Amino acid sequence: MKKVPYLHPFSKILGVTVLFFLLISTSIYAQDEASAEASPEQTEAAAETDGDPAAGKTLFNQNCAACHALDRKMTGPALANVEARLAEDEGLDREWLYSWIKNSPGMIASGDAYANKIYNEYNQAAMTAFPTLSNTDIDNILAYTAAPPKKPAVAATSEAAPGAAGGSGSGVSNNVILGALALVFALLVVMLVLVNRTLKRIAEANGVVFVEEEAVKRKPLWKAFVDNQFLVLVSVIVLLLGSAYFAYGWMMQVGIDQGYEPIQPIHYSHRIHAGENKIECKYCHSSARVSKHSGIPSLNVCMNCHKSIYQVSEETLAEGKQEYGVDYNQEIKKLYAAVGWDEENQRYTGNTKPVEWVRIHNLPDFVYFNHSQHVTVAGVQCQECHGPIEEMEIVSQHSPLTMGWCINCHRETNVKIEGNEYYEKIHDELSKKYGVEKLTAAQMGGLECGKCHY
Amino acid sequence: MASNKKYWKNEAELNPNDSIVETLRQNEFVEDIPVDEFLGDKENLSSTNTNRRDFLKYVGFSTAAASLAACQGPVRKSIPYVVQPENIVPGVANYYATSIADGFDFASVLIKTREGRPIKVENNRDALVGGGANARVNASVLSLYDSTRLQGPVANGEPVDWSALDAAVKSKLAALKNSGQQIALLTQTYASPSTDRLIAEMQAEYSNVKHIVYDAIGEEAALAAFEAKFGERALADYDFSKSDLIVSFGADFLGDWQGGGYDSSYAKGRVPNKGKMSRHVQFEANMTLSGANADKRIPLTPMQQKIALAKLYAKLNGTSAGGELPENVQAAVDSVATQIRTAASNAVVVTGLDDVNAQTVVLAINEMLGSKAFDAAVPKYTRQGNAEAVNTLIADMNSGKVGALFVDGVNPAYSLPNAAEFVTGLEKVGLSVVFSTNWNETTEVAQFAAASNHYLESWGDVQIKKGHYGLMQPTIRELFDTRQFQASLLKWMGSDKNYYEYIKDTWTNGILNGADWNKALHDGVFVGGAFSASVLNADPENVADDADDKEEVPASDNVVAAASSISIASAISALTNATSGEGLELTLYPKTGMGNGSMASNPWLQEFPDPITRVSWDNYVTVSKADAERLGLENYNVANGGLDGSYVNITVNGVIVNNVPVIIQPGQAIGSVGLSFGYGKKVGLKEEMQTGVNAYPLYQGFNNIQAATLEKASGTHEFACIQLHNTLMGRGDIIKETTLEEFNTKESSEWNPIPHVSLNHQETLVTSPEVDIWESFDRSIGHHFKMSIDLNACTGCGACVIACHAENNVPVVGKKEMRLSRDMHWLRIDRYYSSESTFEEDNIKKDEFDGLSGDNGSLGGFGELEDPSVNPQVAFQPVMCQHCNHAPCETVCPVAATSHGRQGQNHMAYNRCVGTRYCANNCPYKVRRFNWFLYNNNDEFDFHMNNDLGKMVLNPDVVVRSRGVMEKCSFCIQATQAVVLNAKREGRPVAEGEFNNAVACSAACSSGAIKFGDVNEEGSEIASLEEDDRAYHLLEHVGTKPNVFYHVKVRNTNEV
Repeated sequence: MKKVPYLHPFSKILGVTVLFFLLISTSIYAQDEASAEASPEQTEAAAETDGDPAAGKTLFNQNCAACHALDRKMTGPALANVEARLAEDEGLDREWLYSWIKNSPGMIASGDAYANKIYNEYNQAAMTAFPTLSNTDIDNILAYTAAPPKKPAVAATSEAAPGAAGGSGSGVSNNVILGALALVFALLVVMLVLVNRTLKRIAEANGVVFVEEEAVKRKPLWKAFVDNQFLVLVSVIVLLLGSAYFAYGWMMQVGIDQGYEPIQPIHYSHRIHAGENKIECKYCHSSARVSKHSGIPSLNVCMNCHKSIYQVSEETLAEGKQEYGVDYNQEIKKLYAAVGWDEENQRYTGNTKPVEWVRIHNLPDFVYFNHSQHVTVAGVQCQECHGPIEEMEIVSQHSPLTMGWCINCHRETNVKIEGNEYYEKIHDELSKKYGVEKLTAAQMGGLECGKCHY
Repeated sequence: MASNKKYWKNEAELNPNDSIVETLRQNEFVEDIPVDEFLGDKENLSSTNTNRRDFLKYVGFSTAAASLAACQGPVRKSIPYVVQPENIVPGVANYYATSIADGFDFASVLIKTREGRPIKVENNRDALVGGGANARVNASVLSLYDSTRLQGPVANGEPVDWSALDAAVKSKLAALKNSGQQIALLTQTYASPSTDRLIAEMQAEYSNVKHIVYDAIGEEAALAAFEAKFGERALADYDFSKSDLIVSFGADFLGDWQGGGYDSSYAKGRVPNKGKMSRHVQFEANMTLSGANADKRIPLTPMQQKIALAKLYAKLNGTSAGGELPENVQAAVDSVATQIRTAASNAVVVTGLDDVNAQTVVLAINEMLGSKAFDAAVPKYTRQGNAEAVNTLIADMNSGKVGALFVDGVNPAYSLPNAAEFVTGLEKVGLSVVFSTNWNETTEVAQFAAASNHYLESWGDVQIKKGHYGLMQPTIRELFDTRQFQASLLKWMGSDKNYYEYIKDTWTNGILNGADWNKALHDGVFVGGAFSASVLNADPENVADDADDKEEVPASDNVVAAASSISIASAISALTNATSGEGLELTLYPKTGMGNGSMASNPWLQEFPDPITRVSWDNYVTVSKADAERLGLENYNVANGGLDGSYVNITVNGVIVNNVPVIIQPGQAIGSVGLSFGYGKKVGLKEEMQTGVNAYPLYQGFNNIQAATLEKASGTHEFACIQLHNTLMGRGDIIKETTLEEFNTKESSEWNPIPHVSLNHQETLVTSPEVDIWESFDRSIGHHFKMSIDLNACTGCGACVIACHAENNVPVVGKKEMRLSRDMHWLRIDRYYSSESTFEEDNIKKDEFDGLSGDNGSLGGFGELEDPSVNPQVAFQPVMCQHCNHAPCETVCPVAATSHGRQGQNHMAYNRCVGTRYCANNCPYKVRRFNWFLYNNNDEFDFHMNNDLGKMVLNPDVVVRSRGVMEKCSFCIQATQAVVLNAKREGRPVAEGEFNNAVACSAACSSGAIKFGDVNEEGSEIASLEEDDRAYHLLEHVGTKPNVFYHVKVRNTNEV
């Protein structure tokens, strides 16, 4: 909400007032908790003298982020102000941290009290030793944990604001243009009426007499039509053909769910995963390689990444809310609930609720389709049948999945024989028989009924 | 606490004169529904706003609206795993090696699972013993998903928690410890090292534990004879592939004789190889699978068999034995004796006579011959029941000596001949706990019914044969709140181990001998040394006990050795003095489909047609034609094609079984009758499954040979027999047969001629291109699938029928539909009898017909050919869609629903089929099956496809067909396609045998009769089989060019 620019001077004034009050109140609190404030100030000071938070951020993301976050527990503890915390709670200095980071197993082995405590607290998951990090590097990281560089929130705000403004602006201008056009047309109509009246008046003035045409008793049109039997016949035929055409069209789409886009229990975005993050399809749909089913990934596959990725970036979050009306972070929470992941303690509760996805691609029961035949043997890209999945926020059925559609592809697609010993003999013989270099799936027998129906 | 307190719901009830109270008690709705008010008043009806026209409009609108709304597809949900198990990929099958050991069937199998559901049983090809799953084992996967299974423990008819059961058992056990009363364990044969060890441990803790092993159908005589001779209660093993001459006295070793499982070794010797094949002579009363496969079958009553056996022994021994035999039988025995002498160690004699003398004599003969096929050193443990111990237990129960009884794996209240005694005894037992997967006759009378695991949910191990072990592992988690017996024992004994750990411990310390446990578990089988439960027992007392035992053994051995040398003579005299009682000699036998009846709730097995009689959903008494005529019994077909038969009442020793339907069985020895076990179960079964009559009450003294009197009863029985035409009527082009002599000496054109057809009045070979009205395609490119069926190797066991059922989601149609020949089996095994004593004679007779009437006329002649002879030859022929290259069905389909694939398969697109049935009419092989009804989700067909649990067995790669659709064998196209895809994905040519092991019937065929493969694959087995001289096509003169070919049946008629 705060990103919306204050256009009205009154609200501006209001905002400034609120800000003023807030400032006063924080200073009041600051005075109350002066002692508490002291240590962060110290560390800030230390950080400024000892390390470069920007370099520290890079190092942190490279080496630590897989297991640590600044403000929450992950595989390892939260690291915001870690140095100060350690100094205060445990009386441990930076030297301790150096040796811990460079050789944590060694410290555990040596029997260091706190090292063992933290080791046991985090399910005895040993921290990787980083002997390659120099003390300066560690300083930098610690500087970052003490005072992370300001997020480019301002930039985001400023970026978002014109977008929002532009959006609403263009909406307004469209309406204005339409209104203006309507106005112009209305004016034109009025002008025409006026011109017509004026011309009439001039004509009358000039003595031109308008003779009202006599209403001659003529056959009504419908009667003429009914009398003309040929015309009736033709139009009936046309009508019947037309309705047959439409009826046929309607009936042919019965049972074809092209574009079927059901709402899923968890709003999972293929656009983000396969598109932006470029995750290989078969990382999640791994059984497509070996099985007839592509397989909906089990939730433990999601947790491979989402154990660490507990929230999306602010831009993504904003985009989700704006474009798709969905809070991605809430969707990740749904995953955690389903798989029984206790975020607080970083462990599985065992309390699971399997997700009931709505199946999108439904082949009839009487047809056998095998993913591995197409994916592994033929090397067909997933997108050829499933469409631009990497652009779909919500997956919809791209292809009609009709038999004609299958057959067409079998007719047009060449069999991928390279490097597959199975095909060597049969390909030689068949290509000689058909006199072609490359065989299509149809020529291999891919159109036979029994290949798919049994 | 009875009291006279009066309860009331309303104050008004206290007033006895209130009429409203009385009305309320009697009627749920006090006021009548005012029908008259709105229908009776005509004036009111006509003046209402909604007149008839409006009403119709509303109806029309709502119908239209509903049908429009129906155009919307349903929303389907996809629910992935939360955490996907590492080895499960949806859509890819996993296989687990496990073992079945239900006390009757013992086999090492592979279980195919999809998404964690076991869906099919396959043979474990790594297993040296028990690697061939029979029809019942193949069907056992469906019993896992039986909707009538016990879903949790039950106490006195009320569901309880396991904790309540455990508490009751533990307190009882504690009370019984060191008391005078027994703790009895009445169980099936486990042959399980870990269970043996567990029970031994229990016996160490409670001195009064008695373990009684009970087989519903026992091998008492064979066990006793073997024990007397070799000092171990076990069964000799036989390898029929090592034998040139097999002589059987009533042993149905291709069926369930001594645990069965001999068909693969038998079939190996039956395929002519370099002019040699084994010869098989069978003396038997009932027509069995073994008799049907024999080169020479001599029908004899059990009494006569005993005499014949004694005479044979005498002849071989150079002595003589008394007893009277018909002349021709005597000649046959003499001839067999000569043949045995010639074959010497290459001969083997077996017997199924439930008589310790007969068994002793047979062991003596085999030992005398030094038979290579006979193996007493490495015996089988698949039957360990002890009838005497069972009878003692029942007596003890009745005299109140048994404090607690635990029953597992058996249903004594159903299968004991003296079941009533058992039931009254059970009432006197302080605590009775019955482990069972289903509610049955025994759980009904026990205090606790402990819901037990199916074997596919259990851990376990088995020692089928000495040193040959199998592991049982769960392939799915318990579907219900069930627990297996062994796990319960561990719990009651206060062990903190689970049964898996216990087995692992047994194996690593006692069996594996350093080999890898994980590998053994992966393979499911392990071959090692003999196992002894006491070795693992750390308790010194037990070791001492064991030492005592060991001391005893040699002593008893000496006695036995001495005794056995004497006993042969006495056995011979006992055999020769065998006399039948009055009436007929009854032989009780387990039916191929039903076994001992433990899987009676399995619709696949109920619908499985018996290989011999082709009757499903029933058991019956088999009677010879002569006896039937004497007793006035008859079989006849009625107008709708169904087979009807008379009823008889069977009396054995005063026990009467009423209303047993009669089948007149060609080849049944005159004076003998047969009746199968496993039917007539009532408790805990759906009504459709309560078929047949219970034969166990006649199994007196646990002896399968009884003297019975038959008495005709009124009424006729309706059979569901699916093959009404019993003979070939001389049509030698359906089953081609020859003798080994002709096969060896003559050209194949003599015994396997290619038929000729008339072209421009010229006899032309049917294979020549001119007679063909079809255009031929080049079939040399790519895969071309063909199937070979060797009539010599096919024993008719029917494992392929059930495997096909499981693989292809073939529906079960029930008895009524089966009777109308609406069976849905994609693969049937036709059984043909000869009208004369051999098929050859049938052919000659047919060829010699001269004119219509007269002595040699075809009118009367064909009538005679229709009747099977008294002792016919039998042939089995598996028939499925022949996948004709020039298929008559394809040309007549108006909608092109059936068409030909380039790989040789005849495709059937179910979604295209409109059900004209033209194709079925035009099919010369009658292999197409029509869905007359919707067989799934239909209460009229309340089998496994009508409930969610039963549907879990369905193969997800194959469509479940709907009503009005034709279906048929597809050559398991889903499996061949999967093989091709796997090869493509791995970038390699298809490996040898891969197709054969993918297709359900050929993979299930442990005898190697059905082979499947790609003839275009260089050096493939199928290509060489097609080139074989014995190969022929079914009805070749029709010119359909089938892709299934058969191998001429060769009979070894060489007498010397």
